[in-house]
Amino acid sequence: MRNATKLLLRLLTLFAALALITAACGDSSGDDGGDSASSDDGGSSDDDGGSSDGDGGSDSDLSVAIVAPSASDDLAFTQSMVESVRALGIEPQITDGTFIVEDAAAAIRGYAEDGVDVVIAHGTQYGGSLEEIAPDFPETSFIWGTATDTKGLDNVYAYFPEAEQGGYVNGVMAAQLTDSGTIGVVGPVQAGDAVAYIEGFTKGAESEGATVNVVYTESFSDVALAAETAEGHLANGADVMTGTAQMVVGAVNVAQENDVLWFGTQANQTDLGSDVVVASQVYKWDAVLETMFSQIEDGTLGGEAMSINLANGGLAIEFNDGFDLPAEVKTLGEETVAGVIDGSIDPN
Amino acid sequence: MSQFFTLSILVATLASGIRLAVPYLIAALGETIGQRSGVLNLGVDGVMLLSAFFTYWTVLETGNMWLATAVGLGVGLVMGLIYAVVTVFFHATQGISGIGIFLFGLGFSELMFRKQVGAPTPVDKIAEVDIPLLSKIPHIGELFFQHDLLIYFAFGLVPIVSFMLRKTTFGMNISAVGENPQAADSLGVSVAKTRFAAILLGNLLAGLAGATLALQLGLFQGNLTNGLGFIAVALVYFGAWRPTGVMVGALLYGMVQATVNQLKIQGSIPQSASDIAAMAPALLTIAALAVLAGRIKAPSALTRPFSRA
Amino acid sequence: MKRLVGASVPLLAALAAFAFGAIMLLALGASPFEGLKAIVDGAFGDGDAIAATLVKAMPLILVGAGITIAFRASVINIGGEGQIVAGALLSTSVALALPDLPAYILMPAVLIAGLIGGGIAGAIPGALKAYASVNEILSTIMLNIVMIQLMNYLLRGPMIDQAEIDAGTRVPTTRRLSDNAAMPDLVEGTRLHLGVPIAIVAAVIAYVILWRTPLGFRLRAVGHSPEAAKTAGIKVKRHVTYALAMSGSLGGLAGALLVFGSEGQRMTTDGSSVGFTGSAGFNGIVAALFGGLHPLWTIPSSILFGGLLTGATAMQRVLQVPAALAIALNGIVVVFVVSSGPVRDRIDAFLDRRAKLDQTLRDDVSDGSSKTVDLDQLDLDNQTNITGADL
Repeated sequence: MRNATKLLLRLLTLFAALALITAACGDSSGDDGGDSASSDDGGSSDDDGGSSDGDGGSDSDLSVAIVAPSASDDLAFTQSMVESVRALGIEPQITDGTFIVEDAAAAIRGYAEDGVDVVIAHGTQYGGSLEEIAPDFPETSFIWGTATDTKGLDNVYAYFPEAEQGGYVNGVMAAQLTDSGTIGVVGPVQAGDAVAYIEGFTKGAESEGATVNVVYTESFSDVALAAETAEGHLANGADVMTGTAQMVVGAVNVAQENDVLWFGTQANQTDLGSDVVVASQVYKWDAVLETMFSQIEDGTLGGEAMSINLANGGLAIEFNDGFDLPAEVKTLGEETVAGVIDGSIDPN
Repeated sequence: MSQFFTLSILVATLASGIRLAVPYLIAALGETIGQRSGVLNLGVDGVMLLSAFFTYWTVLETGNMWLATAVGLGVGLVMGLIYAVVTVFFHATQGISGIGIFLFGLGFSELMFRKQVGAPTPVDKIAEVDIPLLSKIPHIGELFFQHDLLIYFAFGLVPIVSFMLRKTTFGMNISAVGENPQAADSLGVSVAKTRFAAILLGNLLAGLAGATLALQLGLFQGNLTNGLGFIAVALVYFGAWRPTGVMVGALLYGMVQATVNQLKIQGSIPQSASDIAAMAPALLTIAALAVLAGRIKAPSALTRPFSRA
Repeated sequence: MKRLVGASVPLLAALAAFAFGAIMLLALGASPFEGLKAIVDGAFGDGDAIAATLVKAMPLILVGAGITIAFRASVINIGGEGQIVAGALLSTSVALALPDLPAYILMPAVLIAGLIGGGIAGAIPGALKAYASVNEILSTIMLNIVMIQLMNYLLRGPMIDQAEIDAGTRVPTTRRLSDNAAMPDLVEGTRLHLGVPIAIVAAVIAYVILWRTPLGFRLRAVGHSPEAAKTAGIKVKRHVTYALAMSGSLGGLAGALLVFGSEGQRMTTDGSSVGFTGSAGFNGIVAALFGGLHPLWTIPSSILFGGLLTGATAMQRVLQVPAALAIALNGIVVVFVVSSGPVRDRIDAFLDRRAKLDQTLRDDVSDGSSKTVDLDQLDLDNQTNITGADL
């Protein structure tokens, strides 16, 4: 009996304290609309001033939110999306680092409830959740990728990179630069655009007679394993390497250390190894985002899958100016790009 | 498959195994000292993460690796101080307060990294030091004598810790308070002081393990260790609380990883098999524990706080 | 008076953690008040927030209640992560194999599969401890690693969605699982689903089993005084195995509820356990400790921590302060709670009992006849007393 009383007392204490805190802080919050607007300001003022330099004539006043699995400055997958949205003159709200799918789902739903016009779910793994959320918010447009279909939802746009195109170009150039004839690839989990890039790269390099060793480390995050995998490639005689996803920073560092050449993808990775990065395939999502945004403003909230590729400028090969690339290799790279665009080369 | 057995690949794989074993080894040696005194520290992983971040950050800001190593050791010392106060003076449950330290380290190191650094920014890695003459011996040289200083130091620690535990007064006090604190106390050995010192020393090594990881990678990111510290704790049991046993365990762990990695590079094993292979070390440890547990006894007072009755 | 001091311990721990959090926010250039407001708003601000908090608390309640059962029998369970995964895998397999069963069969079936999966993952370290003297802290940690790899293997291979292979995307995820197994929503327009009350009921059942059934009595007897329990004819080794199996089964149920209460109605991994469990296996320990290692107290305590986790995500959105802050705060709460007096005393008593258990397990079954102890004489009620509400 005494136990029961004490139990109750303790429960009450806990919740009283909680209620106090809630009451003390909650009354000033105002309505939800004002809340999200002020948080928007908070977001942009906290970030660097880079938002203002992208106002290149875009008249879009859509509010945009991004939910992404890695950090928004990861020099890879997530950064490519954040920069693309900023390039269109829009400062997005960002929830990044949400590799827990349920947390991402909560954030996606949260933005939709806040009345954000466009929610970008920047992760293939978010598709299952999106399928459930999107129908609940028919007025909101969701942009999801990388994905090749919209799951039959008319307020979902899907985007995907034809990453095999730049992969092929990188592969062709890599094969010119290797002396040993062996190229190492450090991949993450065998899924999504990583597979496309790596298969394109392999085809390109093999078409020029190089041997390509591919390892999927089974992790998007384990930089130590990526580094050790790179060491393993070196032991096997590789003198040119590439890799994809955010954990490759470990591998690029090994390349830099050992003067082994590196080809990047997703974002320009020159900063990771200024002496050894030859070129990077860069994702410029704005090539399709611009179309999507203008269609959204015209009232078409989704129902279409769009790809970025070399032809529409969504994929670009960016060279490292600090690296002394032989002119004939660069020319070959540019010719390969042209060949992919005009269809005379099939990277698939 | 046959390609795997070319000498140079074999040597490279073994060398990779040695490299991979080192953070485990250093952390597990520290944990051995603590456990011999009767204190289980499950917070190793958290301490390693904190020390790895601050080491990396110091290199990033100053470029001075010695200073960075000192900072990493300092972080280990501070965390050791906290853990010692909590477990020795407050008698907190060791298994669970260690989880607290782990969670703190995991969260705080990521928070600091995201706010202070953000983008992955590589820094210089610690350089390899070739031992004169010896490093020129074909294969043997590459295998044993072309590593960075921390690797030599880690393996040098094994006999040192072993000697300290078995031959010095301090080491014997550690074992005494770990086996029978009451008896040690009655003989005039301060249980609290001895455990305090053992915890500090153990965490200092955890700090060094984190610093090693950061210096060898030249990078940091959230959860850099991927549970490495927990495996180090298991290796102490695997090695039956002896530094040499711990070293064998760490090397085995490193070698299995390096071999799987090498086989993957050569395409000798399918991708799905690597998931299964990744279970091997953990399963092996459980099996070893099951076999050894009956025969080799843990320090009797492990996880038991001491207070004078 | 002493009771009053005791009652304030978790609150003091929480205050200390909040103080640290405030200092961190200041150091990071954010206002602590705005931070707190963002957390509280995000966790309890409106119906949606409360629903999200409860859903986040659901696995913590279950893992926490499981920790409590193990603790009462003097064993420690750090294998929550692996047990969640095991339960999720087995229940997902059932739903994949028998998608057409009607809901009234399939839903209980997946929950039972979760219990069994987690139970097996708990029974293994339990049996290893009982029959081979393997330290359960170590074996549960090792099994966490094994289970994560097993999950990766299954979700990339045998259990992967065929559509992922066809599309070449190969995201390690199952196909959408049968609606008949889905946890129905309780409140229209929020995420609150049936899994939350199921978790609460399970915690209450854990309480009832521990304190109102012969099995619970035996478990506590083993934890309280293994010597006496053995002399009284209780099979100590078997009950140590039971304790970890039951503890694990609650984690397994959490795994099943995570899958069938998920937005996507499917099991997905990013290669780590955290991506699926959200570290509930560890955070459940925090909640159980904060709740004074009592199954019923674990419920409000889990809701608080669920709120902290939900709120931290909201704070990240509003203030751009990484949600990792919440993990650091959790760690601080643990350290404070376990270092504080009343809990410490109780844990000391636990450790004494635990040492006795280890001793009993080591001693071979010798002579149970020489001395007999009447179990009714054991002061188990006194144990109930301390554990009731003295915090």
